[in-house]
Amino acid sequence: MRWSGFQRRYAPYIFVSPFFILFLIFGLYPTLFSLYMSFQAWTPSDGWGRWKYVGLENYTFTLTDPMFWRSMWNTIWLGVFSGIPQHLIAIPLAFVIHMVLSRFKTFVTAVYFLPYITSSVAIALIFNTLFATNNGVINLVIAHLNTWPLLGALLPDQNINWFTSANIKYALALVVIWQFTGWNTLLYLSAIQAIPKDLYEAAAVDGATRAQQFRYITLPLLRPMMFFAVSLTIIGNMQLFEQPFVLLNGGASAATPGGQTATMYMYRTAFEWLEMGTAASIAWILFVFIGILTYLNNLIFGRAARGGD
Amino acid sequence: MARVSLGGWLLRIGGYTLLVLGGLLTIAPFYFMFVFATHQRSEIFGFPPPLWFGEHFLTNYQILLEKIPFWRAYWNNFYLALMTTVTSLFFCSLAGFGFAMYQFRWREQLFAVVMATLLVPAILNLIPFYLLIYQIGWINTPKALWVPAMAGALGIFLMRQYIISAIPRELVDAARIDGCSEFQIYWRIVLPLIRPALGTLGLITFIGSWNRFADVNVIMRTQETKTLPVVLRTLQGATDVEWGAIMAGTALLVAPLLLVFALAARQLMEGLTSGAVKS
Repeated sequence: MRWSGFQRRYAPYIFVSPFFILFLIFGLYPTLFSLYMSFQAWTPSDGWGRWKYVGLENYTFTLTDPMFWRSMWNTIWLGVFSGIPQHLIAIPLAFVIHMVLSRFKTFVTAVYFLPYITSSVAIALIFNTLFATNNGVINLVIAHLNTWPLLGALLPDQNINWFTSANIKYALALVVIWQFTGWNTLLYLSAIQAIPKDLYEAAAVDGATRAQQFRYITLPLLRPMMFFAVSLTIIGNMQLFEQPFVLLNGGASAATPGGQTATMYMYRTAFEWLEMGTAASIAWILFVFIGILTYLNNLIFGRAARGGD
Repeated sequence: MARVSLGGWLLRIGGYTLLVLGGLLTIAPFYFMFVFATHQRSEIFGFPPPLWFGEHFLTNYQILLEKIPFWRAYWNNFYLALMTTVTSLFFCSLAGFGFAMYQFRWREQLFAVVMATLLVPAILNLIPFYLLIYQIGWINTPKALWVPAMAGALGIFLMRQYIISAIPRELVDAARIDGCSEFQIYWRIVLPLIRPALGTLGLITFIGSWNRFADVNVIMRTQETKTLPVVLRTLQGATDVEWGAIMAGTALLVAPLLLVFALAARQLMEGLTSGAVKS
């Protein structure tokens, strides 16, 4: 075979090979190795290679550990209460941006999007100061709103200590909502902009109000994007780590039991208690759990999103 | 007719009010970050908390220099982001070109593998990844962080999409007839034509690497090798936490990104959503 034909035939394999080489070494191999490790007992001071086979012990330990279930519950609670509001705010927000803005559309969207490109550690550190119990900005705003009619009745009279086991979840949820609503708004806005204008025009000719247009045109056509955005939220929320890690001071906070997520529990098992085998088993349990969740999401909403009525 | 325009008018006023309020809520934490960066700890948690800039930025900056190797960490951050970005631009565009412009056996299956890696929750790889880096003795070396990130799946996907839409196959065929080798086609024809997409991917990669925390935190164990987010976090563990200094460091961490974002917000947002809208 001539050189030009030869290189044309094999060039694409060479071009795509760096990804696969890196994936095999840094993705697939460690993943499989951690499956092996999840059946061993090992701590770094034992020295490399000196692990001990313990069968299913790591798995039974994790699955009977109340702290694991507590962190799973925290993760699911945060997933729901920081996830759902993001979408409930983002969809109408995207619709309003699309409807009332023209010249400043990019600017306004960019403002809302800003938290998404900001380091989660930076965000958590900032909110750490804003959530201060005495004279924290957020508590002062709540105290001020407390003097308003109606709204005041709903709010507590005293300063909230956000860093207790019972309250930290609400603080974490607020941070996550603040950080990711703009991202979802951007996703929904791009989907809304892709809806052909003549659909709205035809509906307006038939006498549909703006609200009706939103209900009967925008919402149904947003379904595929809703499925996509919700999938991203599920995957993201189940692995929430940096925000709780920083707000809980790496686990040294009094609020840790109520705010520790599953990934943070995994991290502490590995790097605080140095139980690598147990940590590997936690990673695998979480992996299977997220897999099932994604599958269910696909089963329940995915078909409706793609087939749609 | 009058009722419709009144309704439209109300929608507009309500919409603007909502957007301005939401915008203020979004901006407020950034504003307080910059304000707190110029105040001492006692002022930040005093009553009333500072709402305007103070005079202690340099004091805070001095504390930062004393407690942590600040500029060393800043450089580590920049080095990590730069190496990841440069290598990603090359390897992702090369792979994107391969997937976009060639017919070859197993192409669809291989591309499916690339996309599947996007669905695997990254943090679950933390323990296995640490074990591997430990095994090969790369703990405390920067390459442990950027070498594995040289050819990310998102970058390959974005490059492939752009090359399919922007480069006519005839152009590639013509270059081949003119005697270009396959790599020359990529280097001389394709690369110059995909500059806008390279810019977008560069931005996404740089910002992502700049903000990395979880894996850096376990791989980099010494103060000299830590990046800025990791080293800032260590300040939080002390008693009498210097929140003014932490906010000054945080502001210096966030400021470059705000600047980049101010210049290229549209490009960045379009790049990040392009995949979502098409799929």
